[in-house]
Amino acid sequence: MENTETEDRIVTLLKEKFTEDFISSETPYQFLTIHLRPANIISIIRFLYTQEKFQYLTTLCGIHYPELKSISVMYQLHNLVENKRIRLKIFLPEGKPEVDTLTTVFPAANWMERETYDFYGVTFKGHPNLKRILNVEDMIMFPMRKEFPLEDQTREDKNNAMFGR
Amino acid sequence: MQEVKEIVPGQVTHKEEKQYTYLNLGPTHPATHGIFQNVLKMDGEIIVEATPTIGYIHRAFEKLAERRPFYQITTLTDRMNYCSSPINNMGWHMTVEKLLKIEVPKRAQYLRVIIMELSRISDHIICNTIIGQDVGATTGFLYLFQFRERIYEIFEEICGARLTTNIGRIGGMERNFSDKAWDKLYKWLEDFPPALQEFANLLERNRIFMDRTINCGPLSVDMALAYSFSGPNLRAAGVDYDVRVMNPYSSYEEFDFTVPVGTQGDTYDRFMVRQHEMRESLKIIHQAIEKVKKEPKDIYKANVPEFVLPPKEDVYNNMEALIYHFKNVMGETDVPKGEVYHCVEGGNGELGFYLISDGGRTPFRLHFRRPCFIFYQAYPEMIKGTMLSDAIITMSSMNVIAGELDA
Amino acid sequence: MEPVALNGVKVAESPDGIEGAGFFATSLDKAVGMARKNSIWPLPFATSCCGIEFMATMGSHYDLARFGSERLSFSPRQADLLMVMGTIAKKMGPILRQVYEQMAEPRWVLSVGACASSGGIFDTYSVLQGIDRIIPVDVYVPGCPPRPEQIIDGILNIQKLVENESLRRRDSAEYKAMLNKYGIE
Repeated sequence: MENTETEDRIVTLLKEKFTEDFISSETPYQFLTIHLRPANIISIIRFLYTQEKFQYLTTLCGIHYPELKSISVMYQLHNLVENKRIRLKIFLPEGKPEVDTLTTVFPAANWMERETYDFYGVTFKGHPNLKRILNVEDMIMFPMRKEFPLEDQTREDKNNAMFGR
Repeated sequence: MQEVKEIVPGQVTHKEEKQYTYLNLGPTHPATHGIFQNVLKMDGEIIVEATPTIGYIHRAFEKLAERRPFYQITTLTDRMNYCSSPINNMGWHMTVEKLLKIEVPKRAQYLRVIIMELSRISDHIICNTIIGQDVGATTGFLYLFQFRERIYEIFEEICGARLTTNIGRIGGMERNFSDKAWDKLYKWLEDFPPALQEFANLLERNRIFMDRTINCGPLSVDMALAYSFSGPNLRAAGVDYDVRVMNPYSSYEEFDFTVPVGTQGDTYDRFMVRQHEMRESLKIIHQAIEKVKKEPKDIYKANVPEFVLPPKEDVYNNMEALIYHFKNVMGETDVPKGEVYHCVEGGNGELGFYLISDGGRTPFRLHFRRPCFIFYQAYPEMIKGTMLSDAIITMSSMNVIAGELDA
Repeated sequence: MEPVALNGVKVAESPDGIEGAGFFATSLDKAVGMARKNSIWPLPFATSCCGIEFMATMGSHYDLARFGSERLSFSPRQADLLMVMGTIAKKMGPILRQVYEQMAEPRWVLSVGACASSGGIFDTYSVLQGIDRIIPVDVYVPGCPPRPEQIIDGILNIQKLVENESLRRRDSAEYKAMLNKYGIE
């Protein structure tokens, strides 16, 4: 898909400034998506915040790619003044998913990172309060990972055979 | 011999530890609208610190969505912001249409706009009347709930359900609006504005209400943007970000409406922004009805038999329809791979759906960008230094809905 | 003969008994049952969508107050009927149990909606598959969400249970055994 002018400009800028971290860029469904290495993601976002005015954090979530053996964290930023959106994805190793916290740039990332920790086990270094937020506190597993089953395995009243599982 | 200390009048001779009370607000509480807990550290009547705990109604929507085909996820989206379920449904359908590159006919888009604005009005009725009830004015609640019942009746005529509507299908609506639905809608459009005006007369310029709610839980623009607020709460703080204007969907760019914006972001501003939004929604519904009249009468969905179940008469009589029915239910249709993000203006702000499809029958990953979850983070900041009763109405004016908070 | 008050309004049926000038004698069970059934104070434990349908039931269109439930009590000590409306997650379970234990006898439980009755559409790891796993339930109202008429029907069934309950039921060994099954003293 062809990028617009500003999208090309942002991609070139990022390629120049953060050459080792830049992996690839694409525009699925007219939405600029950039894949990056996790080491300097916070400086990249801060650069986009100050230079390119992406000062609104739309969302932050985790994605589990079992065949790539990695857990990805997706950040979506929005420039409200010029109405531009950008998506940044970083890929962390499944065994030890760790990345710096975004709460220094966007306070809104606080609960979003807690939710990603709760669901995928991604540790955000420097987070003020990295505890589980939606599940019960003493849960050991990370439920959104693909290997975790959806249903409560201890229930007896719902017959799996009848429900097509 | 003991040394005698000189006593100076007015000097504090020993410091007393400041004693705080810890008050547990929730999860079961009459005034919190939904189950979430706040442990308040209080210095007398003033709140010093608040520690929120959520997740008491976590139903694992995102995990459930990985197990369901696209048309079954609509029933999940119903139950997120259950006060305005049609908006969630339409947002989800538009996300899937974006993924599958389906073009929805104009008339179906206008019908969708009518339904979304009706549900926005129904959500704002709940929020504003409950603000009234929390400050002690129950009358508005009882007056306007009658009209909410009539909105439910209109939804029932269209899709069969009152609250968790599952309205619309991928590519449009499931059936055309019946004549009875149109009659009910016209009658409601006549009767509702005077009732809304009556409710406004009770509270909008009421001295007691204004004294109670002005400067209660104020929100500055910087804090609102830092905490990613959206929707009426952000607009009350002064930023005119409305997804219908910024990223128009479903032909909203053809409609003429203003976006009300407040100044201080306090409870009164949030109440008034929602009042004005209800009036704007009425304008949009009138315009949509005019536009629908100009389109051919029998179009209500796009022709995408691979993704929508065909009508039963065709399934029993027509070979093609039978095959499409089978392919649809068994999941044999080809779905393109890709990732798409679509957002709509929900009752509380930007409701976004981030969908990654891997070509299978069910999504690979579906993430709901829920506005309530994101802006509720700022609540402990907003109530620092206020009194308990102000904290209660700040929470009710933010319109936090537990289903959307926990998802 | 149908009891009719002065201005033609139909009043509740009085139980069988012996009537005379200035007195009415009936059995205590029936009198207490009639008084209890027409003045049930509910505790609305509304968690999700069914709670909104409950708000509609309390509104003026479907008015629940005319069945005697005018005063909603949010304090368990003063409530008779625990109406659990909406999904109960495993995180919420202990709290529901605590609220139930704090209610004073006689108490009844109405489970409104599919989620409270059996977990509903949420067959997941975080949702309690029915509140009858932790507290005893008297009447189940199915639906997702149930229409206000169904909720009223549930209340009427509770009224039938209340009316016909023996005064000694709460002290009986059978009742205590049932509570023990749930681990409630």
